[in-house]
Amino acid sequence: MADYVIEMLNITKEFPGIKANDNVTLQLKRGEIHALLGENGAGKSTLMSVLFGLYQPEAGTIKKDGQVVEIRNPNDATALHIGMVHQHFKLVECFTVLDNIILGAEPCKGMVVDRASARKRVVELSERYGLKVDPDAKIEDISVGMQQRVEILKMLYRENEILIFDEPTAVLTPQEIDELMDIMRGFKAEGKSILFITHKLAEIKAVADRCSVLRKGKYMGTVEVANTSVEEMSRLMVGRDVQLVSTKEEAKPGDVVLKVENLTVPSKVHKNNAVKSASMEVHAGEIVCLAGIEGNGQTEFVYALTGLEKPSEGKVTMCGQDITKMPIRGRSKLGMSHIPEDRHKHGLVLDYSLENNMVLQRYWDKEFQTCGFIKSRAVRAYSDRLIEQYDVRSGQGSATIARSMSGGNQQKAIVAREIDKDPQLLIAVQPTRGLDVGAIEYIHKQIIAQRDAGKAVLLVSLELDEVMNLSDRILVMYEGEIVGEFDPKTTDVQTLGLYMAGAKRMDKEG
Amino acid sequence: MSKKNTAPRLGNASNSIGSLLASLTCILVGLVIGFIALLVLGWITMAQDGNAVSLGQMLQKTWNSGFKAILSGGFYSTANAMGMGVRTEILQAAPLIMTGLSVAFAFKTGLFNIGAAGQYTVGAYFALYAAIVLKLPWWACLIASALGGAIWGAIPGVFKAFLNVNEVITSIMFNWIGLYAVNTLIYQGGTGAMYNTNTTKTYTIKQASPESLLPTFNIQVGGKDYFGAIFLPTIGIFVAIVAAVLIWVVLNKTTFGYELKACGHNKNAAKYAGINDKKNIVLSMTIAGALAGLGAGLFYLSGSKEWEPLVSTALPAAGFNGISVALLASSNPIGCIFSALFIAHITVGGGFMDASIFPSEVSDIISGVVIYLCAFSLLFKSGILKMFQRQGKARKAAPSAEENGKEREA
Repeated sequence: MADYVIEMLNITKEFPGIKANDNVTLQLKRGEIHALLGENGAGKSTLMSVLFGLYQPEAGTIKKDGQVVEIRNPNDATALHIGMVHQHFKLVECFTVLDNIILGAEPCKGMVVDRASARKRVVELSERYGLKVDPDAKIEDISVGMQQRVEILKMLYRENEILIFDEPTAVLTPQEIDELMDIMRGFKAEGKSILFITHKLAEIKAVADRCSVLRKGKYMGTVEVANTSVEEMSRLMVGRDVQLVSTKEEAKPGDVVLKVENLTVPSKVHKNNAVKSASMEVHAGEIVCLAGIEGNGQTEFVYALTGLEKPSEGKVTMCGQDITKMPIRGRSKLGMSHIPEDRHKHGLVLDYSLENNMVLQRYWDKEFQTCGFIKSRAVRAYSDRLIEQYDVRSGQGSATIARSMSGGNQQKAIVAREIDKDPQLLIAVQPTRGLDVGAIEYIHKQIIAQRDAGKAVLLVSLELDEVMNLSDRILVMYEGEIVGEFDPKTTDVQTLGLYMAGAKRMDKEG
Repeated sequence: MSKKNTAPRLGNASNSIGSLLASLTCILVGLVIGFIALLVLGWITMAQDGNAVSLGQMLQKTWNSGFKAILSGGFYSTANAMGMGVRTEILQAAPLIMTGLSVAFAFKTGLFNIGAAGQYTVGAYFALYAAIVLKLPWWACLIASALGGAIWGAIPGVFKAFLNVNEVITSIMFNWIGLYAVNTLIYQGGTGAMYNTNTTKTYTIKQASPESLLPTFNIQVGGKDYFGAIFLPTIGIFVAIVAAVLIWVVLNKTTFGYELKACGHNKNAAKYAGINDKKNIVLSMTIAGALAGLGAGLFYLSGSKEWEPLVSTALPAAGFNGISVALLASSNPIGCIFSALFIAHITVGGGFMDASIFPSEVSDIISGVVIYLCAFSLLFKSGILKMFQRQGKARKAAPSAEENGKEREA
C-alpha cells in the first residue's frame, strides 16, 4: 500500500447539461509533485474546486491520510492543511505583503493584530524556502512573480501540507518559471505534497513525479512522468496525435502593410507613458511577434494600433494610409482584423447569441442588412457556415448564448470571425491564452495559413514557446520600449527572457 | 455533429417563459399581501367604529367589498360607474406604457433613465402649449410632446456620453428643473397664456382648441355603445401599443437596435466593433425621453386633466411608475403593455372599494409589493428555470443515455 496523503475516489460532479467530473480518481502520494493534465474544460479546475471545498460532488469520497473527510468549504480545506494558489491571485492590491499573508489568520494580542510576531514568522518562512519578498511592499507595487510568492507564503503561513498550484507558470518569465520549479522541489524535499495543474508538458517533464490525465471530465489514467514521453502524455490528454511544433514554410515577406513610427501612448494606470516612442514594421506574408512580460506596454500598443486608445505622439500607417486618427470602423474596413487580448471584455458580447457575435464586425454590411433591418436568415446562414468551417462547438449552434460556451470555443469563434473578414493585417493578441493543445494547434495553423496567404500578422504573446514557434521576426518590448529584434532561428528562449526582464537591451541603430 | 444543428432554440424560449412566470409570481404574491393588508386595515377600522366582527365575517367583507373591487373595478363599463372602469384604466395605462417603454428602452442600452418623470413633465408642457396656445391638431401636439421629452432626455445623454456624468444623477436633477420650469412657464406670475386665473389651472383643451383633443372611440357590445355617450376613451392606448411594437421591432430587428443592445451588454466590445458608443448613448436617451414625453401627450390631450402650476410640487407619478412597469416587464417592450395595464387596473380598482372601511391606497401597497418583488424576479426566474431543467432532465434521461452510446460508437 502506497502512502497516500489525499485520495479523491470516484468523484462525479455535474453541472446543468454537463458532467464536469465523471468518476474521477486522483491519488496524491506524500511528498510527491503530482501533475494534473487536461485540456480546457477537461474538469481539472472543477476537481480542484471540489478538493478545496468550493463545490460539493454528487458522488465519490475524499480521504485524507486514509480517513474519509468532508470538505464543505475552503475553511474545512484549510483546517485539513490544503492550500491553493489560484490562477488569478486573490490578493488585496492596496495591502502590504505581510497584511495579505496574515489576512484571515491574524495573530492577535487582545484586540490588536500582532504584526511583530507575524512578521517574524513570515521572514523566517521566506528565508527557509528562498521566497524573497519584502513584507512591507504593497501588492500593487510588486511584480507578478513576487505576488505569486506571496500566495505561496500564504499557504506556508497556514502550515498547509498539500499545496495546489493552478496553472502557476502562465504569468511568469522563463527565469521565474525556473525559480518556481526550484521552490517546488524544495517543498517536495520538505515532505510537502504538491498538485500541479497545467497543460504545459515541458513543465511536467521538468518537475513532476507522476501525472494524472483528464479528458472531457473522464479520468484517463496516471503515468510515471519519468517513463512517459511528452507525445504519449499529449495523446492521453487530447485523444489523438498532436503536432506540438507547427511546421511552416519559409516566410516570403512582401510590401510593408503596417508601419508604426515613434508611437507614444499614455498609461491609464500611472503617470508615465505605457508605450515610449516605439517603431516597427510588419510586411505582408510574415508573422511579427511582439514578446514581453505582461504589463510592459503591449496592451496599450495594440490599443493604439486598433484605435481603442489614442496615442499622444507618433504615426501609424496601414497600406500606405495614415490611420493614426482613423475611427475603429474605418480601420476595420481598411482590412484590419483584431483578435483581442481579453475575449470577454472586447471580443464578445457575452449575452448575445453566437450568431450575433459572429457578425459583430460585419452586421452593417450589405450582406446582413437592408435599410437598417437585420437579415436574420443571412446572419444565421453565415454563422452556421463559420461554425462548420472553424469547428466551433456549442450547445445550440448559432442560437447559443456566447456566455455559456467554453473559453476555447469562444476564442475559436473570435478567430473565425476575424479571419473570415479576409483582412490585410491580422493583429492577434494572446490568441491561445488559456487554451488546450488541441485548440492551440488549430489556431496556430490558422495564423500560419493567413501568413501564407500573404497577410501581415502581428502576434502579441506572453508564451515564449508560441513566440519561437510561430514568428518570422521577434520584437521584445520592455517598459514600453522595443528593446530588441531577433530572428527566431538564431536566438533562444533564455536570451529572449533576459531582454524581456530588462537585463539586456540592444542599442537603437541610428 | 448532427446534434448541434437539430438543437432547438429551447434555451431562449424557456428563458422568456421563465421571465413571464417570474412576473406572474410577483403579481400573485403582491395580491396575497394586498389582501392581508386589506383584512388587517379593515378590521382595525371596524374595531375603532365599535363593530365586533368574527374572522369569517371579516374575510367575507374584505373579499366582497374590498378585494373583489380591486380585481374587477378596472373591468366596469361606463354604464354602472360614471365613466370609471375600463375607460379610466386605458386612459391611465397609455402614459404608463410609454414611460415604461422609456425606461425599458434605456435599460436595454445599459442606461438607467430615472428621468422619465421630468421628460413626461416637459412633454406635457409642449403638448399643452401646442394645443392651447398654438391650437395645432392633435397629431401635431403629440409630436410636440415627444419633442419636448426628447430634448429633456437628450441632455443627460450628452452629459453621460461626453463628460461621463452619471445619467441617474443628471436625470434626477433634470426632473426637478423640468417640473419647476414648467410650473413657472405656465404660471408666469398669473399672466401665462395657458393659465386660467379663475380655475388656477391651464385652460381646458376642450374650450381652447377642441381639435387638439385626441380622437375618441367606442365599441358596440350587444347593440349598445359600451362606453355610453359622454365619457369616451381616446385612441391613446392604441398609440401606446403601436409604440411598444415599434420599439420591439427597433430593438430586435434593426442594426440600430443591435448596436444599442451591444452597447448595453458590453460597452467595450461595442467599441471594439467600431460602434460609436457616445452617439448611441445620446440617441438612446433621446428616444427614451421622446417616449416619456409622448406618454404625457397621450394623457393631457385626452382632456381629462389640466396642469395646476401652483400646486404641482410633486413629480408626476407616471414617470416613476414607468420604472415599475419596465421592471415588471423585464424590460420587454411588449411586456410593458401588459404590466402597465395591470398597474392601471389595480389602481383604478382601488377606487371602487368601500371607502368607509378600506383605504384606496391599498392598491398602491399591492403595486408596491409587486414592484419590490420584481427586484427578486431574477431569483424567481432562476428557480423556475431550475425546475424546468429538473423536469427536462428526468424526461430526457433515457434517450440521452442512448445518444451518449451512439456518440462513443462514432
